[in-house]
This record gives sequence, C-alpha cells and structure tokens, in this order.
Amino acid sequence: MIQVKNIQKSFGKLRVLDRVSFDITESGIVSILGPNGSGKTTFLKILLGMVIADKGFILYQGQNISHSHRYRNKISYLPQIARFPDNLKVKEVISMILDIRNEPANPESLIELFGLAKYMDQKLGNLSGGTRQKVNIVLTFMFDSPVIVLDEPTAGLDPVSLIKLKALIKREKSKGKIILITSHIMSLVEELSDEVVFLLEGNICFKGTVEKLKAKTNTEDLEHAIAKILES
Amino acid sequence: MIKIFKYSFSDLMRSRWSLVYLAFYLLLGFVLLFLNNDLSKGIITLMNVIVILTPMIGTIFGVMYFYNSREFTELLLAQPVKRSVIFFGQYLGVSISLSLSLIIGLGIPFLAYGLFRSGVIVNFLLLLSSGAFLTFIFVALAICIALFNTNKIKGFGYAILMWLFFAVIYDGLMLLSMMVFADYPLDNFALVASFLNPIDLSRIMILLKLDISALLGYTGALFQRFFGTNLGLIASWSMLVFWTFWPIILLIRKAQKKNF
Amino acid sequence: MLRGITIFIILSSIVFESNARSHSVCHQCDLPTLSIAVNEVSHGDTLMLEKGIYSSPGIEITKPLTLIGKPGAVLDGESKDYVLKVLSDSVFISGLEFINTGKSYTKDYAAIYIHKSSIFTLSNNLIKGSFFGILVEKSKNGQILNNRVLGNATREDQSGNGIHLWDCDSILISENKVSGMRDGIYLEFVDGSKIIKNYSHHNVRYGLHFMFSNHDQYARNKFEENGAGVAVMFSKWIRMENNRFINNWGTASYGLLLKEIYDAEVLNNTFQENTLGVYVDGSSRVNYSGNTFRQNGWAIKVSGGCYTNVFTRNNFLGNSFDVSYNSKMNDNTFNSNYWGSYAGYDLDKDGTGDVPYRPVKLFSYVVNKTPETIVLLRSLFVDIINFSEKVSPAFTPDDLVDLSPSMQVFK
Repeated sequence: MIQVKNIQKSFGKLRVLDRVSFDITESGIVSILGPNGSGKTTFLKILLGMVIADKGFILYQGQNISHSHRYRNKISYLPQIARFPDNLKVKEVISMILDIRNEPANPESLIELFGLAKYMDQKLGNLSGGTRQKVNIVLTFMFDSPVIVLDEPTAGLDPVSLIKLKALIKREKSKGKIILITSHIMSLVEELSDEVVFLLEGNICFKGTVEKLKAKTNTEDLEHAIAKILES
Repeated sequence: MIKIFKYSFSDLMRSRWSLVYLAFYLLLGFVLLFLNNDLSKGIITLMNVIVILTPMIGTIFGVMYFYNSREFTELLLAQPVKRSVIFFGQYLGVSISLSLSLIIGLGIPFLAYGLFRSGVIVNFLLLLSSGAFLTFIFVALAICIALFNTNKIKGFGYAILMWLFFAVIYDGLMLLSMMVFADYPLDNFALVASFLNPIDLSRIMILLKLDISALLGYTGALFQRFFGTNLGLIASWSMLVFWTFWPIILLIRKAQKKNF
Repeated sequence: MLRGITIFIILSSIVFESNARSHSVCHQCDLPTLSIAVNEVSHGDTLMLEKGIYSSPGIEITKPLTLIGKPGAVLDGESKDYVLKVLSDSVFISGLEFINTGKSYTKDYAAIYIHKSSIFTLSNNLIKGSFFGILVEKSKNGQILNNRVLGNATREDQSGNGIHLWDCDSILISENKVSGMRDGIYLEFVDGSKIIKNYSHHNVRYGLHFMFSNHDQYARNKFEENGAGVAVMFSKWIRMENNRFINNWGTASYGLLLKEIYDAEVLNNTFQENTLGVYVDGSSRVNYSGNTFRQNGWAIKVSGGCYTNVFTRNNFLGNSFDVSYNSKMNDNTFNSNYWGSYAGYDLDKDGTGDVPYRPVKLFSYVVNKTPETIVLLRSLFVDIINFSEKVSPAFTPDDLVDLSPSMQVFK
C-alpha cells in the first residue's frame, strides 16, 4: 500500500532522514518512534507532500506521490500542533475543509462525541489548546479515508477525551485502515501498535512488532526497550 | 482555486486591516475632494500618492498575510489540493481584497462628487488600474520574499527594503548615474531603467497623461517616438503585465519546492 | 458683423462716388477676362466677377478699384506668378477665391500682393494652395478682414507665410483664419497695427511672428498646434491680451517667445498644454498679469539677461514646471500669483498664503543640465531633493520667491 524508497532529507547541514526505506502492506496501526529530532514528523510531512524529499520517493498504491495531490483524498492528517486561522469560527473551519475536500463526511457524531457543540460559534483563536486539538481530531476523523496519519494525537487532551480517541482509533483500525502514529506516550503505542518503526539519526534501526522489539532487547516493556536501543 | 481564493478573501475582508485600509482611502478621497472641490486636481494628487502607497501597502500586507496564514496554509497542504492552487488562491485573495479596498475607497468619494458627469473618468480609471497593478506586483514580490525567508523579522525587513529600493533608492541611483554620465546619450538608458522598476513604469504612464508637453520638449528621437506616439502607452502596459506575471511565476515555483 | 461693415464700406464708396460705375465680368460678358476688365474700366469703378475661373497670373491693379467676387468666382495664378498685384491706393477686394500662385526660391509669389498702397481692404477672400497668401509691403491704413488662407506646407524652406506684412503702418488684421503655412501671420517693421480675433493653427513655424515692430497690439487671437505659437522679437511696446496659446508641442516649442522685447504687456492670456508656455529671452520691463498657465511643460522659462519683469496675479495650474531659470541671477518679481502646487496655509485669512512660495524647483535645474532626467519627474526621490532645495537653496535663485501667493485661483 505505502512503499517508502530511499528517502533522504536535509535541512541545511542537518541530515534528518538518510535513505529511509520500508513498506506498509497490511492494514493496522504503525507507530513511528524515535527521540526528538529523529525525523518522525519530517517523514510524515513528506508522506503528505508538505515537505519535499531531496532524494527517494514514496509510492502510494503503486503511484509516486511527488507532484501529485489527489492521493491526499485518501489520507487524513492530524498535525502535531493544532494551529488554525485565528479569526475563523469552529463551524467555519469544519465547513471549509468539507467544502475543499468535497467528500462524504460525518462530523456531527464526532462533534457530539467530543462535546464541541457549544464551541461551534467560537473563534478558533479563543479556544484552549485541548479544545483546538479536539477540533483537529474532528477534522481528521470525519472523512472515511483508508489511511490516517496522527502526529502526536494526544497532545493537550484530558483523560476522558484520550479514552474516546483511543476507542476511535481502534474503531477505524477495525475497518481495515492503515493508521500511522507518532507519539511520546509509550503506553499508548504499546496498547495500540501492530507494528513499530524506530527512527534514530535519520535511519530505521528497528521495524517489527512490539513483541519482537521487546524480545530483541530482552526487556519487559516498550519504554525500557527503547531506552536500551538509545543507550547501545 | 476559487475555493481557496474565497476563503482567503473572506478571511481578509473581515480582518481589521482591510477595513482600516478601506477607511484610509475613503478619508483620503473625501478630504482631497473637499479641499480641492475639483476631480481632476484630486486625481493628479492621488496619482502621486498611489504610485508610492499601493506598493507599500501591498508589500506589508503580502508579507504579513503570508506569515500570519501559515496555519491556514499548513491545514490546506494536507488536503487534496495542488500547492500552486493554494498559493495562487491565497495570492489572489490578498491582491484582490487590497485592490477592492482601493477601488471602493476611492470610488465612493469620486462618485459622490460626480465622476460620471466629468471628463476625467479615463484618468480616474488609469489611476485605479495602475494602483491595482502595483498592488498585484508588490503582493507577489512580498510573498516571494516571505517564501524565501522563514524568519519573520528578516522577511519583513527585506520586504520593506525592497519597497524602499523601488520607491526611492532606485530613482536616486538612476538620477545620479545620469548626472555622472551626462555627456553620453542617455535616452535609451533612461527608458530601459524606468521599465525595470514597476513603480517608475506606472509613474511614466501617469506622466504620459499629465506631462506630455514637458516630455516632448526633449530632443532625443527615441523619446519623441516613445512619448509622441502610442508606442509609449502600449510598451508601458505590456511591461506592466510582464511585471505582474514573473513574480507570480517565481512565487509558484518557489512554493512547489518549499518545506512546511 | 465685420462682413456687414465691409459691405457697407464698399457700397458706400460706390454710392458716394457719383461717377463710379459697376461692371460685370464673366466669360460671356463684354468684359470676359479680368485683365481686359482692369484695363477697360475707369478710376474708382467696381468689377463684379460672376461665377467662373479666371486665368489671372500677375494681374496688376494700378488705379483705385473695387473687386467683388460672386460665389464661385476664382482667380487662377496658373502656378506661374502672383495672382493680383495691387499697386494703387484705395483698392477693395472682397469675396474672391485665389488658387495656384507660382512657387519660387527667389520671388515671394503671393495670391494678393499689395505694394505702396494706402487705404485698402481685403475681406472675405479664400486663398488656397498659394506660396504666400497675402503679402503687403510699404503700405498703410489697410484692413485685412475675415479672409481664409489654407496651405498644406510641411517644410519651412518650401513654404511662405499666410499674411505677411513688411514695412507697414496702421493695419488692422482681424478675424482671419490661417493654417498650413510657414508663419500664419508675419510682421516685420510694422508699427501701430492691430491683430485681433484671428485663428492661426497648424502652421509649420509660428502662428504669429513679429520682428522689429513697435506699438502694436494683438488680442483675442487663438494659436493652436503651430510649430511654435507666437514669436515676438526685437520689438517694443507690444500689447498682448486675451490670446489663447494651445498645444504647441515639440522640442523647444513654445506658446510665446519673447526675444529682446522691452516695455511690453502680456495680459489675461491663456497658455495651455505647450511644451514651453512663455520663453523669455533677453527681455525687460515686461508686465505679465492675469494670465493662466495650465498643464504646460514649463509655464515660464527665463534665459539670458531679463530685468525688472513683473509677474503678478497669474494662475499656474498643473504645469510640470512653473518657472525655470538657467542661472542663479534674478532681477524679476513674482508676486501674488496663484500656484497650483502651493502647499502653504492662510491662517490670518487674508487670501494670501502665510508661507512664501518658491516656483523654481531644483529638479528643473537638473533637467536643464541633463534633459533625459525628465523621466524621473514626479518621483518620490525628486520630491525629496526638491524639498531639501526648498529648505536651503543652493542651486536656484534664492531671492526668487512669491512672498504673497494667492490662496484662490484668479477668475
């Protein structure tokens, strides 16, 4: 489904991704892990066409995504920081995205789920970080895309919403979707992930299930497994 | 693209600054006409003002909008929309909303003072269209500068510098070099140099209207041909169109390569 | 009106000279050609020319006569010679059409040539395709009224003047229309004459040209799109009033040139859209008052030694440059004019600005030195250097100021 071939990207002298290649063929949840600055977000942005790779390419359903934009119809993206135009109202930003994508969507149930109804007429600039993240989640999950990309989805969420989000992710997974997640919350990754891609200094140093990672590092939980990789 | 344009445009039209800009032109128009009570005199004064002011406003708005709408841009980039469409749509949003403020802001006072009953409507249209062209050109240049500079302060500084260069410094250098090389034939240089600066270009179109008697006083054959016939007007307009297009092309090309 | 007066004069001359008779001239009449007619009739008679083309190269009129053309009466010079040569006093010529004078580089062939005549009237004639139109020499007390001279000159050296006076006195030139000639109206050594309400346009050189002529007046004429409007040279005591100088464009083209002029009056004229409105060269004691300068390149350009000229109560509206000097010297006075570009204020409400106005801009000095810099007119940079010069004059005459600029346009 998604094939990543030799992706290389530098910002100035800093090499963020160095010949990264991997394939995601089956549906399920893939977590992309790594320390700060390891290139996780950059990779996701390349996948979404927001950052242009220096070398290499990504195939989505066999099609090269560079110079294409239609494939983004099939991807929903939750950016790391929920930033919106400040003087738009919540309902305006939702209807704008609906208008631009022009696809069947179901925002109402999500609005209800996260209790956003009372904020619909508020300007985004006046909302708290957590509420904005909820709007962000609504925008991401309201479309029925086969691929969902979540960059730090839990940032700023209260526990209740976190539980709702996890349920939501699991529900989408059950529909046979590919879900890419980056997160620093290891418990979340351990709970959800079918597969883990571990990035370190621009290279993949591990790819496989959480169990394999634990077995390889001979540790009890994911947090320690990662710590061990980083130490070695 | 229409959609992107629509959202940028409505976003801008609701913003305080567009209203301030509109109010400024309304005030300028009414005050000028109130003081002069003469449309053609008002137009002459405005021509001098517009050649400097619209590029400045275009530059400042262009840069400001680009940096302030980064979130909006990023939101759009993840959507199934072409990059060129996103940037071109936003560019049109800024340029058209600014041009509209100009046209409405000056149009209302002039209409109120009886534009249609006067013989100056052609001059007034020339005034508005050169103002609109300058807005389009300088918004594009400003967004280009913003695209090349991620640092806000730097980008803002360069953009103001660019305006200052085209509005004042360029003419100073031109005058200085013409005085230094006064012994050589200069009419080619004078015309070519004016064509390489969009502000000078619009100014020359205004000169063609207001100062043709003075321009024809100079002996150079090229000047005579250029200012004495329609050649001047045709050449200036086509050059202005060229000036509008290349920064847009640069803008879109840079936007294609930019990382967000 | 003028036509009426002329006919009255002509008729009264017929009535009161009891022995004068009127004769018809036509191809079938007793007097079939003009040359026969002129020879046959006696002193003071009237010739009525019927419709028809009369071959008449170089016909001389040597006795007082009245020639009246009926509509369609045409005198044809057959491109050989003058058409009519008037060599007598008291000749009246009216209503005739003149075509085809000779062309020469040595002789000034004219449709109507008048030599040493006193009391003559030329009225309502039409002159087409002639080398010179009306040429008057050593004559006085004549009137040239309501004639039309139409040429198609393109070059100065191959064309003559429309109405040309040389060594004359007390002539009235009124309501004529001249176009397409070298100079529309030319006067040399002509004193005490008036040029009123003529329309001189599209002439190759000047609309009106004065040389060595004193005590003349020209008023209410219109000069439009000539090579240059009016050139007044080497003359004294000339009054110029209520004329209009329009659209005289081109290199060193001007509405009015005053060269070596003394004690003249330039009053209530309009100078509109000329490259130079008034070009003053070596002229002194000239009063300029009540004139309107509108959208000229240079409203007034002063060069050479010009002393004690006074500019007062003039309007300067939308000129690219109001006043231009080529030196730092100034001995002329600018007072109480209305300057369209004046930016001062009138707090004491006395109708004059509280801040003096400097009509000479630094940029006009720069353009004098380097003409190509004109393309920078109205640029911000030029405004800045003009402003700095205004604050502390270094290149322009520092005593050239209008201390009481008017706040209101003079009507």
